[in-house]
Formats: sequence, structure tokens, C-alpha cells
Amino acid sequence: MLNPNLKLNEKMFSDDAQKKATRDGFGEGLVELGNSNPDVVVLTADLSDSTRTDKFAKEHPERFFEVGVAEQNMAAIAAGLAEAGKVAFISSYATFSPGKNWETIRTTAVYNKANVKIAGHHSGVMTGPDGATHQATEDIAITRCWPDIQIYIPCDNIEGKKATIASTKIDTAVYLRFTRDKSIVLTTDETPFEVGKIQNFWISDNPQVTIFATGYLLYQALLAAKQLDDEGIQVIVANVSTIKPLDVEGVLSLTRKTQAVVTVEDHQVMGGLGGAIAECLAKHRPLPMEFVGLQDTFAESGTPEELLAKYKMDAPAIKEAVKKVINRKG
Amino acid sequence: MEFLTDMVDSLTDLQLKHLEEKAVEMREHIIEMLLEAKSGHSAGPLGMADIFTAMYFHVLNHDPRNPDWKDRDRLVLSNGHICPVQYAALAMSGYFPLEELKTLRKINTRLQGHPHRGVLPGIETTSGPLGEGLSQAIGMALALKLDNKSAHVYCLGSDGELQEGNPWEAAMFAGKNRLSNLTLIIDRNNIQIDGFTEDVMPIEPLKDKFAAFNWNVLEIDGHNMRMLVDSVNEAKAVHQKPTVIIAHTIPGKGVDFMENKFEWHGIPPNADQAKQALDELRTLQGKIEADQ
Repeated sequence: MLNPNLKLNEKMFSDDAQKKATRDGFGEGLVELGNSNPDVVVLTADLSDSTRTDKFAKEHPERFFEVGVAEQNMAAIAAGLAEAGKVAFISSYATFSPGKNWETIRTTAVYNKANVKIAGHHSGVMTGPDGATHQATEDIAITRCWPDIQIYIPCDNIEGKKATIASTKIDTAVYLRFTRDKSIVLTTDETPFEVGKIQNFWISDNPQVTIFATGYLLYQALLAAKQLDDEGIQVIVANVSTIKPLDVEGVLSLTRKTQAVVTVEDHQVMGGLGGAIAECLAKHRPLPMEFVGLQDTFAESGTPEELLAKYKMDAPAIKEAVKKVINRKG
Repeated sequence: MEFLTDMVDSLTDLQLKHLEEKAVEMREHIIEMLLEAKSGHSAGPLGMADIFTAMYFHVLNHDPRNPDWKDRDRLVLSNGHICPVQYAALAMSGYFPLEELKTLRKINTRLQGHPHRGVLPGIETTSGPLGEGLSQAIGMALALKLDNKSAHVYCLGSDGELQEGNPWEAAMFAGKNRLSNLTLIIDRNNIQIDGFTEDVMPIEPLKDKFAAFNWNVLEIDGHNMRMLVDSVNEAKAVHQKPTVIIAHTIPGKGVDFMENKFEWHGIPPNADQAKQALDELRTLQGKIEADQ
């Protein structure tokens, strides 16, 4: 059942469940930050509408910088602004930023300890019809390996707003990962959001498997949990909204009883959430694991639903992974 | 080549003499540091010693005892590999003890092989990967404007790094946004690791390119400190445009056997070569002093 302590959206499984894009939360968070913090500046590379920075631009035009189609320039200008005391958000599609400008961010923002927040949009196959060129499916892997970076991936628009605001609590680089399409609103304003804390969204009396999910696919994991429950298989579903720093305590405590893990992410299975959990468990307590995500392949054009089905990242695929990992338990 | 000729001198003879002495001292530090480090770049730092001297000892409004002073002028070094000249300039200015120059590139040093912000006072940004400095200087110039501060931002970069795309993205942005509180000084020494810039990948016509990007363009002899000071003053007087000063320099300047040799881009002198270089520089120093 949904964890009653977290005040989650009880209507998430109903047909008329509210849907909103995580990037909308980013846009709202920026406006709120702009109003409360005069040092917040926002940059975009010709994608102000797609990245939802247009609202900030309207409210605070003097603190909004359009750099044109130039992601390296955007990143390094942001670093310069940060070096002079600003809190600089850069926004583009994640394939371009932090993809195309990876080294610029590494040097000028991360190693430089500049107060730059990198908002990567259109992550995952959820980007859909645009095809694999625009579906960022390696961005967690290429940012997670940076020392000192923090990585937040909201599961819905409400967490998107909270994560955006929370990113300014530290004065070093944060990577924020957002998605294009509308997805089910899973949380409420009252749901606690804490950086570096894994939250147990679905609880069971006798769970056999722990599902760690990140981003909007958390809904597919919860759906799988609900259906598995009807089939007599109990699981835990945890929301990993902070990939780095990883909540090691949370990973260990949530797997103590189940002794088996499935990870779920709209990202390559290498180097992302699955990789992070696997590294943690290999070090502390190795357990059988199954990885739901993109299996070392590029995706293609299609609707998000079609792509999640074809590339086995939806609720049926998660259920299959759960059953497989149960069979692997000693 | 057009040089500024009819500018009013802003350096007195005495000031110029003083700066020339400083420049020789800076070159000596560079040779000693590189010998001690046993790796690093020789040609670029020696070629830029006159400009760094003029910047740190005349142009910049800065306070070595208060390196984070919010109203300071910023000097962003884009081609971080010539950092020995900046380290020498910072130590000579009093940002840290001169003895520390000997730690260049050694374990636990604050003088990293390429400069790193935060560990060494006076370093405005981490650099080394080429083509990223101008954008950061732009960011600082924007922030200073937002904060209504009159400080000026200087970006010192190389000619070779203009083969990157990023500097042109930055040039486009600065031209469009009329960043008059920004001055780019390009070390036009014509060499890069693989050879002469115009052989490796031509960057000319440089003046025309920057002019087309809506920049005010000046061209100087990079070893003429009067010219540098005058052009910097002119740049500050230009409104509505950023200024680029194309400074023609001789790589390895001051050490005869290094001058204009691209082979000296990325290597240090050995003990014999260092002795020869220092002898040459000390002779030059003696000559400047004797002229006084």
C-alpha cells in the first residue's frame, strides 16, 4: 500500500489522475527562486519554452540570458556569473547540456566549485517522437562520475519544484533531470522532500523485493507493486530522488528484509541509478539485482507508452524483473 | 600591421623603466620555476611577461591582501597552460610568498600544472582546457553590470585557442550584448603545439573577424608596455562595445634560443639551458639598471 506517512496523491491510480510534466515544476521553482533570491540568474540556449524558463524570463528579464544555440558558451558564462556571486541555472536538453558541453561543465562549474545548476531536459525515451538524438539516456552516467556534484531527479512536477528550490541550498554544482511529457502526479505539497534521502513510497508486511525507482517511472513501479500485490507478491517501492549523494543507509535498511533488488530508470542500465545501487550493495552487502532501463541500446521515435513497452521499462517489464529476481534468491 | 601611434602616453619614463625591470624579474622567476618543475610551458609565459607585468603592476585595480574584494578588476586567464607567468605575477604582487613558486607542479602544491580557483589567491577561475575563458569573463562582466559595479574584466587568451568554437560563441554574445566592461587580450605569438597557427589552422584575418562580431579591435606590439597601457585605456573609453587587443608577441621573448621556436611551446629548459637563459636575462637586467 502507499505509505500513508508521506501524504502521497491517493488518486494516482484512478483514471482521472492528474498529470503534469516534471519540467513544469522547474519553471515554477525558478519563478519562486527569482522572487526570493535576487542573485538567481537563468540562462538558456534557444529553448526557453521547452525548458520552461520563459516564465522566469518574463518576471525577471534583467536576470535572464539567452545565449542562442551555444551550450558550451552557456555553461562557461554561467560559471563566470557564479564566480562573481550569482546562482546560475543553465537549461537545455540533456543530450546537449550536460552532453555536448560536458567538459566545459566539468572544468568551469564542477571542478571550479562554481555555483551552477544544470537543468537537463527531455531526459529518457519519454522524449518520444523526436527520436534517440534528443532522448538523453546517458546523462546520469556522465554526471554521476564527477566529484562533488549532486544529482536530483524528481518523480513528478511537485518534486520538480521542490528539487529546483533545494538545489540552491548548496553553493556548488547540482544536476537536475527533467522530462518532457506529462506524467502522473505522485506526491502532494505536503509530501516531505529531503535531499539525500530515499523514501519508501510503497510498503508491505512481507516484502520479497525492493524496487528502487527514479523519476517519473516511479509510477510504473508503483503500478507494478499494486498489481503484484493482487497476485500475492509483496514488494517495497522506494523513490530515489537524489542519485548523488546516495542514501547508503536507506539502500541498506530498505533491502535488509527483502534481500533482492530491482532498479527502474528511464536511462541506460549502465552508470545510472542501477549502477549506483549496485556499487553500494557490492561494497556493503551484495544481493541479486535486476536492472530495468535501456539495455545498452539507443531507442527510437514513438510515443512514450510505445517506447516503454518496446524497451521493457513499463509495469509489465518491472513485474517480470521482480519475478526473475525472486527466482534468483538463494 | 596597424599600430596605435598617436596615443597620449600614460606611462612616464620612470614608470616604464620600473615595469621593464619587473618584466625581466618575472622572466627569471619563470625560468627558475620551470627548471625546478621539470615540466611545463616555456614560450608562452616568457612571451606574455611584459603584458602580465603591465597588467598586475599598472593596469589592474586589485588588492593582493584582499583577493576577494568585490570591486576588483578581474583578470581571467583563458589559456591556463601559461600559468607560470601568472603565478610569478601574483607572487611578485604579494598574493603569496615568492618561495612558493618553486612548488609548481609538485605534489600538494597550490600551484597546479594548470591554475585552479579556490586553492591559490588571485586565481579568478580554473583553466587549461582551451576556449573557455572568454565566456567566463563574459559571465563576470554581466554580474558586475547587474550589481552596478564599475570594475573591468580582462580576459587573456591565446591565438591557438581561437580554433575552438567556444570563443566565437562568446564573441558573438559579447558583441550582441555590448559588453563594454570587457576587454580581451590575445597573445598573437603565431605558435601552437603542432607548429605555426597559420599552418596548423589559419585564424586570420583576425581583426576583420572580431570587427564583424561587433567588437572594437586594437592591435599592438605586445612587448611595448606603453602601447598596452594606452590601448587598455582606450578600450575602457569605448562604450557600447567590447574591445579586443591583438597583442603581437614573440614566444620565448627574452631568451634568444627560445624566441619564435614552437618547439619551446610545451617543454621546460634543462639545467644548462636555464643557466644560459638566466645569464641572458641578468645581462638584460643589468643593462636596464645601467641605463637609469
